[in-house]
Order: sequence, then structure tokens, then C-alpha cells
Amino acid sequence: MTSVDELMDYAEVVERFDPVLGLEVHVELHTATKMFCGCANRFGGEPNTHVCPTCLGLPGALPVVNGKAVESAIRIGLALNCSIAEWCRFARKNYFYPDMPKNFQTSQYDEPIAFDGWLDVTLDDGEVVRVEIERAHMEEDTGKSLHVGGATGRIHGADHSLLDYNRAGVPLIEIVTKPIPGTGARAPEVARAYVTALRDLLKALDVSDVRMDQGSLRCDANVSLMAKGAEVFGTRTETKNVNSLRSVERAVRFEMTRQAAVLASGGSVVQETRHFDESTGGTSSGRTKETAEDYRYFPEPDLVPIAPSRDWVEELRGTLPELPWERRRRVQQEWSLTDAELRDLVNAGAVDLVAATVAAGATPAEARSWWVAYLTKEANARGVELGELGISPEQIARVVALVNAGELTNKLAREVVTGVLAGEGEPEAVVEARGLKVVSDDSALERAVDEALAAQPDVAAKIRDGKVAAAGAIVGAVMKATKGQADAKKVRDLVIARCS
Amino acid sequence: MSDLIRSTAAELAAKIAAREVSAVEVAQAHLDRIAEVDGSVHAFLHVDAEGALAAARRVDDDVAAGREVGPLAGVPLALKDVFATEGIPTTCGSKMLEGWVPPYDATVTRRLREAGVVILGKTNMDEFAMGSSTENSAYGPTRNPWDLDRIPGGSGGGSSASLAAFEAPLAIGTDTGGSIRQPGAVTGTVGVKPTYGGVSRYGLVAFSSSLDQGGPCARTVLDAALLHEVIGGYDPMDSTSINAPVPPVVAAVREGVTGDLSGVRVGVVTQFSGDGYQPGVLRSFEAAVAQLKQLGAEVVEVSCPSFDYALPAYYLIAPSEASSNLARFDAMRYGARHGDDGTRSAEEVMAITRDRGFGAEVKRRIMIGTYALSSGYYDAYYGSAQKVRTLITRDFEQAFGRVDVLVSPTTPTTAFKIGERADDPMAMYKADLCTIPANLAGTPAMSVPSGLSDEDGLPVGLQIMAPALQEHRMYRVAAAYEAARGTVLASVPELAGAR
Ligand SMILES: [Zn+2]
Repeated sequence: MTSVDELMDYAEVVERFDPVLGLEVHVELHTATKMFCGCANRFGGEPNTHVCPTCLGLPGALPVVNGKAVESAIRIGLALNCSIAEWCRFARKNYFYPDMPKNFQTSQYDEPIAFDGWLDVTLDDGEVVRVEIERAHMEEDTGKSLHVGGATGRIHGADHSLLDYNRAGVPLIEIVTKPIPGTGARAPEVARAYVTALRDLLKALDVSDVRMDQGSLRCDANVSLMAKGAEVFGTRTETKNVNSLRSVERAVRFEMTRQAAVLASGGSVVQETRHFDESTGGTSSGRTKETAEDYRYFPEPDLVPIAPSRDWVEELRGTLPELPWERRRRVQQEWSLTDAELRDLVNAGAVDLVAATVAAGATPAEARSWWVAYLTKEANARGVELGELGISPEQIARVVALVNAGELTNKLAREVVTGVLAGEGEPEAVVEARGLKVVSDDSALERAVDEALAAQPDVAAKIRDGKVAAAGAIVGAVMKATKGQADAKKVRDLVIARCS
Repeated sequence: MSDLIRSTAAELAAKIAAREVSAVEVAQAHLDRIAEVDGSVHAFLHVDAEGALAAARRVDDDVAAGREVGPLAGVPLALKDVFATEGIPTTCGSKMLEGWVPPYDATVTRRLREAGVVILGKTNMDEFAMGSSTENSAYGPTRNPWDLDRIPGGSGGGSSASLAAFEAPLAIGTDTGGSIRQPGAVTGTVGVKPTYGGVSRYGLVAFSSSLDQGGPCARTVLDAALLHEVIGGYDPMDSTSINAPVPPVVAAVREGVTGDLSGVRVGVVTQFSGDGYQPGVLRSFEAAVAQLKQLGAEVVEVSCPSFDYALPAYYLIAPSEASSNLARFDAMRYGARHGDDGTRSAEEVMAITRDRGFGAEVKRRIMIGTYALSSGYYDAYYGSAQKVRTLITRDFEQAFGRVDVLVSPTTPTTAFKIGERADDPMAMYKADLCTIPANLAGTPAMSVPSGLSDEDGLPVGLQIMAPALQEHRMYRVAAAYEAARGTVLASVPELAGAR
């Protein structure tokens, strides 16, 4: 970036322009082997250890389609309400790049395996937007380049580059939306909600790790603006390197404000690839599409066409799990949630965790109060996903059980959870180590109550006179004396019993 | 020694199995012959004497131990340098792959090794199999043993020349537009292009993936059939491999040698004659057809009008696929690297390497193919060519509705002089006029010697074509014809020692 981009105030942007979105999501499938060879499909590892003649593109080596990947592609297509091709082919996308072993990518072009679908996306306030899916097709991932030296970490200006082909040939599904007009000021939110919904769907299908931070889910955001009320779409840019859900939203918003400023000053938007910068929240120009290559697609002659039988497709339809939105509808009913409660649960990403906690013995209300109310705050404070917080639904269910058994107060329970989060072991171990057990030894409690009554004879007299509300002061004193390890209700009952 | 190098593969295999001669002796005899004459012929790019003798020893050990060995165990073979051979250099006749030693075996290579076939070395070829004369090899041309000033055909000139020079009794070629059959025809040897998918392409360095097909080369029809059964058959590593048994070609040869072709319907393709066909070639062809009639075959004329468009369609499809297949040669992972002086970008190094590493014909085809696949031209070129392909397939289907096999001359002319067509690509391309339709349709075809042209005394080939997976039909006719007409190689000139 040579100069700082002019940006338009967002309120003005949405007043003067209509945005059109297009989202391309690449998903790495977590099949056991790669798309066209028998190499392990594993993230990381010593560079160039999961390679063979085929995924290295050695002269003479040939591809063989991974049937499991085709199966995943079809299941994804079905879950996205797509039609599944009766006959389709792979095609070669020809361009030169060092991390692409054959200098063509085996992909699909005009004959994708799945096409014409849709995905309903729920926004934060409950509004549902239907995103039309253009296609989902199969392809292979490239290797990875590590550019050493130079300032940008990109190939230009690097001293030298290292190539790792472990990722070359990993199965990818590219899911492309149709243009999404009409979202107005909510375009950034729609983009994030779409990728979130897609991620949840792919997770439910168990076809991918869907980790944006590791690149197993990658999003390219196409954005264009047109003058308010216009019908012809404007020139779009494609922003890459968008590595988190939040970044999707930020990237779209940034492009809207940048393009609006360009258009407002009488300029025109250049059709180009842009890179999102996580640290600045801005995008910068990549290669210009005007000079972009002609990919010279043609049908891949080394592979035979794929013709999934209708029986097979229906069989796969039968394997679709309960999809996230169906599941939401069901839990809302079963747990008697209001729309707002459901939304909080979904936004917290806690549906699965609450369900697992309920399965482990807690009531839905108990489970929700832990995950949505308490642990979400903890996760936010630590900057991690709820699921990665370091406490399991089973552990929460056990803490709940301890509370219900009267062995922990709510306050003590929180302390136990804090101990588990701090890595102090299982809840029971934390209770033991921190000495958090409720004081339930009646004689000890009675002794503490008697001491408190003796220390405050005037209060004791009031209670004996029937002013039960005065018992609070004695309870407080007992709780203080037992360092909060007593059950307050039980203490209160004891106080009243002693004074009657 | 001379007896050993002039023996057929079938004879050698029988003698080795019966311990009348050792596989090591046979291998050594051929290695000696190579040492003696290959300086003149230049059929080989690499001779693997050590590996050949080791493989021969293993066969001898097996035979001595009474273990069962395959029908070609111990027989030496010359392998076209387009098949990956673990531990043996594989160059495809290109400077781009000079010194590259593959870390893996092609399926064909593996099947040969497992069958106890003794691989003598790798044979010369037009660079990346692009050519009809072997003059496009980056390592110098191969010479035709019939006349060292003439070409041995191409791209597999090295394989066929090694047979005619008695350097090997068996060879493997690949046929994309005629690269097995045309060299077979001009060297007086047998060359077979199997049904597409009949022989695995795994490890065959691709020129044009939808056309390439490996196949056997031999001095007799029976030897070709024996080799065909060793290398043929389904391979899960090649998605285009046909999951069906190898057609019973050896049995068909045994049936054919009885000399009875009664009931066999033979179609003469009317498109393959007239202008551009050498009169001596046509006379040889007519004599061959007469011979087939004498053997009892019923001969009719068959018109395949779409065959007229085969050559232009081929020269769009093959370069298009080649432009993509050869993109991987970019100096990043293996093979040549030029211009990497520490100052140049990866892109520049790729460009410099490709400029210096590829020869003129390869560059010409990469450019034609790149152009034909460009957006805006795809439909007019690649798309139209695919339509022609469909029409040619239909012509074959209609023809085979009437006849069992089709016949034609294999090539329009006999071997031309080295350098004669070097500056005229169109004249060079026409050498494959008769062979290309079978590649486009994926059907099998073979060339069997039909004698010598009366005007120049050079070998002529009879092409026999059959429907997909019906190789046994053409082998039967070829065997009957060969038995009746006799071999031509008896009259190949004695080669002097190395020049
Ligand atoms: Zn691999």
C-alpha cells in the first residue's frame, strides 16, 4: 500500500450505495487420504513427508479420485439444498505457481458436482436471510510457500522461498454463493452470519475441521457497490486472507467504505484481488484481475467422469445428521426457550455444549446458566472459543450435581469451576484441594449459630419476638465465620429454630 | 552369439526355461550387440548393463530352483525412455529431464520386472514423444538399420530400430498418433497400439493423456502378443484403465498361424490412398490384401469419411493436452534448472529453464495448444476437434458393423531421409495420416510388415485395426498374414561396427 485509502463514513455509505456480496468458501475435507493419492491428509508435520509421485506431480504419475471426498461433496451439496449432478467431470485450471506441483489445479469448471442450492442464515436479531448457493465443487489444495527474507512475506521481494507439499492434493470443496444483493447496511453482518452458518453446517456433517485459524475453512469476500436504486452491479473486488469470522465482517465493511470513497470522488473501482490485514482491519491491493491469467480450462483427461447414481445420492441423503437449524428448532421446543434465549444460546455457540451437559444430567436451565451466562464471559475474557475453555460438559454437570446435593453453594461452585479452568484437575479434586466443601456438620453449624446469637443478644431478642427478618444479620455472621462454606438457607433455618 | 540375438522372444524364453541357455548369456549377447552397433544406430539413450545382468541372474536362479517363471522370463527388452524406471534415468528425449532418476516404477516397468523380462536400457525418442522421425530427440537422431541415412520413424524410433538392429528381441513403445505403428512399419517390425485403457499409463510421462497408449514392439506377431499379455490389464493407479481381462491375443495368434482366415471380413479403408501415397507402398498394400483373400478372408471396401479430418483434429487435441501436461517442467522440483543465479525470481527461472530445456517442436506444440485452449478460441479449436473425434468414433462403429477388421497402409511412404522433412512440419505430420484415427477413437491397431517397397527396397507396414477390446481379431489376421508372407528382417543389411 503506497497511500492510505480514503474511507467514507459507514452511515453515508449505506445511504448512498447498495452493496452486493459474493462469498467463496474453501473447505478442506478431513478425509484420511488426499484427493487423488493415498498420502495421509494431515495438518502440519515435517515438510514434504506426506507426499508421493502423484501429489508431487512427478512425470508420469496419475490421479485417482478419493471416493470418500466425492461422498463428502455430495453430502455438503445435499445439506445446502443443491441439485447433485448426474454426470460431472474434473477440469484442469492452468496457471503457473511454484507451490502447485503440476502447474495446473485439478478442479471442476462448468460441471460442478452440486449446484443451485440455498442456505438460510439467521442474523443476531433473529432476522433470516436466504443466501442462494451457485455451486459446490471439488478440487485439490496447493502446497505452501514460505517466503524467506523481504518485508512483506510475499513472493515478491523475498530472498528465497521454501516449498512444502504436504498440503498439495488435500481435498477441497469450494462453495460459491450467487450474488447477494439487498442486504444494505447489514451486508457485513450477513457475510459473517453466512460463514458462521456454513461452518456450523460443515461441523455437523463432520466433513472438515472447519478451523479458520488453521486454514481448513477459508473465505474470499467479493464486494461491489452500486448507486442506491441502481440495477447493474458495480465492479467487485475479491478480498482474500480473511481468517476469522470477525475478519469477514470487518473486511466487507472496510471494502464498502473504501469503494464508496473511490466512487464518490469520481473514480472507478479496480477489479482486483485484495488482501485483508488483520492488524489494521484494512485491505490492500493484490494482483489486478485485468492482467490475470486465462486459466485455459479443459476436461481433465486423466480422470473418468463421475456419475453418482440416484440410489447412492438418496442413500447419502439418509446419512445427513440433524442440521444446525433443525437442531435449534428442536432444542427451543424441548428446552422451552424464548426466541431471545435461543438466540443468546446460538450466539454463544453453546448449543452442543448445553446439550451435552443436559445429557450428562443437568437440567437445560442449569446448563444454560453456566455456559451462556457465566462461561461465555470467561471465554471472552480469555479470547478463546467456548469449547476450548478447558472444561467439559460432563464436568459442569458434576458441579451442578454437587450444588443440588447441597455439597456446594452457587458461590463455591463458581470457585470450583475457576479451579478447573486454572487446570487444577477434576471438580472433586478442586473441592478437596481448596477445601470448598459446604459445612454441613450440624454440630459445627449449631455452635457457630449459638456463638453469633450470643454475640448479638439484641438481634437474638428481636428474632425471638417474631421479627424473622432480623435473622439475616445472624446468618451473615455465621457465613462469615464459616468462610462462606455453609448453606445459607440451612443456617437461616437453624437460627429460627434456635430462637423459637 | 549371433543365434541368440536373431532368435525370437518365444524361442529365447523356451530355451531359458529349459536351461538350454542362461538368461545371463542371452542378456550378455544383447549387451555385446548394443556395444557393437549402437554407435551407428543410436537406439539407446541409456544402457543398464548391470541391472540387466542382475535381472537375468534372478531368472536363472528361479529356473535353477525349479520355480515357475513367466512366458517371457529372461528375455531382454528395450524400454522407451518415456516410462518411469526407478533407479534408471528417464529423460523422454529431452534436456529438460537430463539426469532425472525417477523414485518410482511405471506400472508397465513393474509388470515387466515382475515377469522376469530383462530391461536392457532406455530407448531414444522424439522429445516428449512429439515427432515422427526421432530427429526431435535432444540427444541426436536414431538411424534406421535398413539405411543409416534414413529415419526409423517416431516418436518411438529407438524401440523399433533396436529390434531391426537385433539389439533386443522385444521393445515397448507408446502410441499417441502412431508412434509405435509408424516406426514398426518403416523398420520392418511389428508394433501394436492396444485399446485405450488396455495398458496402464501410470508412470508413462504424458504427452497427450487422452491419446497416449503404451504397447508392445517385436519382430514377430507372436512375440508382440506374449508381451501384450505381460503389460496389459487393469491398473487401479490409472483411472482410465479398463477393468476387463486382457483380450486373448496369444491364443488368437496360435489360431491365426494355421493360415485360415475363412469367415473373416476385412474392410479396406478407401480414404487411405491416392495423392501423397508412395506407389510402392500402395502396391505392397494391394499385394497384402490379395494375400488376405487367398487366406480365405472376405474383403470389402469401407468408407470412413470423417477420417479426412483426423489429422487436424489430432493437431489440436494433442498439443492442447501437451501444453498442460508439460507445464510441470518448471525447474522447481526436478530436472533442469537454468538461470538461478540468486538474483532472479522463481518466475524468471521457470521461463529461462523452459526456454533452454525444451526443443523447437515441443515449444511449437505448447504454443499451439495454449492458443487452442485460450478463452474465446476453445470452442472453435479444442471443442470442434472433440466433435471430430466423436464422428471418427462413429465411423469406426459403423465400419465394424460390417467387417471384423479394417486394413490400410500404416504409413503413406517408406522411411524418408534424415533432415528431409525437418523444416516442413506439415510433411512430417502427414507420416501419421493413417494411424491417427485409431488414437482418436481409442480403438486398437497394429502394424505388421508387408514386405519391401519395390522402388526403394525399404519396409512397408500393413495396418490392421479392430474394435475396442477386440485385439484378438487383429492379432489373428496379422499372424495368418505373417505366416503366409514370411519375415522381412532376413534381408536387413548387416550393420558394420560402430562408426
Ligand atoms: Zn500423495
